[in-house]
Amino acid sequence: MALYSEKVMDHFRNPRNVGVIEDANGVGEVGNARCGDIMKMYLKIEDDVVKDVKFETFGCGSAIASSSMATELIKGKPLSEVKQLTNEAVAEALDGLPAYKMHCSVLAEEAIQAALEDYYKKTNKKD
Amino acid sequence: MNRIYLDNAATTKMSEKAIETMTACMRESFGNPSSLYGLGQQAKDIIEEARVAVASAINASPKEIFFTSGGSEADNQAIISAANIGRRKGKTHLVTTSIEHHAVLHTFKKLEKEGFEITILPVNSNGIVDLDEVKNAITDKTALVSVMYANNEIGTIQPIREIGAICREKGVLFHTDAVQAVGHIPIDVQSDNVDLLSSSAHKFHGPKGVGFLYAKKGIVLTNIIEGGAQERGKRAGTENVPGIAAMAAALTESIEKMDDAAKRETLLRDRLIKGLSQISHSALNGDAIRRLPGNVSFCFEGIEGESLLLLLDDKGICGSSGSACTSGSLDPSHVLLAIGRVHDVAHGSLRLSLSEETTEQEIDFAIEAVSDVVNHLRSFSPVWRDLTEGKTKFIL
Repeated sequence: MALYSEKVMDHFRNPRNVGVIEDANGVGEVGNARCGDIMKMYLKIEDDVVKDVKFETFGCGSAIASSSMATELIKGKPLSEVKQLTNEAVAEALDGLPAYKMHCSVLAEEAIQAALEDYYKKTNKKD
Repeated sequence: MNRIYLDNAATTKMSEKAIETMTACMRESFGNPSSLYGLGQQAKDIIEEARVAVASAINASPKEIFFTSGGSEADNQAIISAANIGRRKGKTHLVTTSIEHHAVLHTFKKLEKEGFEITILPVNSNGIVDLDEVKNAITDKTALVSVMYANNEIGTIQPIREIGAICREKGVLFHTDAVQAVGHIPIDVQSDNVDLLSSSAHKFHGPKGVGFLYAKKGIVLTNIIEGGAQERGKRAGTENVPGIAAMAAALTESIEKMDDAAKRETLLRDRLIKGLSQISHSALNGDAIRRLPGNVSFCFEGIEGESLLLLLDDKGICGSSGSACTSGSLDPSHVLLAIGRVHDVAHGSLRLSLSEETTEQEIDFAIEAVSDVVNHLRSFSPVWRDLTEGKTKFIL
């Protein structure tokens, strides 16, 4: 059996929404290079909707796939839904992750929440 | 897609000769070597012939060779035996290095819990042990020094003969884990002053699950596996006759081919090192000269090793990495940390290890493939962005 599901490999090989949003109004970075994973999420939020999202990731295959899937799950979604995103939902959408790689999906959730917090802080909006 | 196998330090493909020897043994000589009838004695003869062949490959005497299930078992038995010999004389200090295989390090840790004092010597930034450090570490309580012949991750070859000489002079037993060296570089246990040596068949085109321990005459081994009187009472269990026969065949073949193979591999190794050095902010791990003929190990800044391996696999290339993500632990390879690579850089490591079958075309393809994949991964790495934008400083 392969290490990862086909879904994980697809998102790893062809990551969606890769890159930077220059005029992002919410940016979140989590993880650290010491542990081998860093995720950075860029959000462009308009009218309480994620109009655009991009990511940059330093990390293993499942970290890259988790970031990619997470961006797909929140793109075009209202913030009320984005706030509900869990790591389990990311892992499930990838048809599962090996147990010792679940922390990659946690990082994806945390990166999005960090970007949201940054947005609320910058725009002085309340969560 | 062609497969390019560049992970010969992990394991090698069995040679045709070894496969033939093994299958012939399974078909025709299936008897138990402990049985007294002809079929059993036929199997016994195969083992004893293999013992002679293995002994001659390292200039030992056949009685000094003990067959085991592989390198890890041989390491365990060598170290535990030396520790017990020491303990009986009141010597309870053991010395090793920070870049050993876990079969050695974990055995040392176990003995530490049992009351032994252990010293783990550092290595320099090229991964070589300092002779003065070895000399200074030895006290009148020292029972054993264990230093690997050549490192599995970074290919560094240690000054074994000189370390052996120091140990002889001080009257301390000397063990070397030679799993990566046997069949690849010349080894002579007598002129190398080695008392105990571990080896594993699958690293030199033999089968998995078999290896041997060399123990100099007079060294009393401690049994790790209790039971029957096989291996002169020092390793119980019905002998892995086909495995032992195939190991001897593979080793004999490797020794015959060694000079030519080493020359050829060294040329290709250096071609690969030169090619990968062209990738910006990369560095060779280990010593450029005192290095196994088939080992290439690099760190690339700004990327992580597991994703590098997966994308190389997509291009047909089999390699390995010391990244934490490939091992399931949080820390990258202890060997890379020991030579001073910081965590961030050690995560971006790649080991490619050659065999005598590796071709120049494969090497050139690998150089281009690694370069493409590293550039691709850097293109969306936030670590790389910070480095290129000057927010953080390049280390390599």
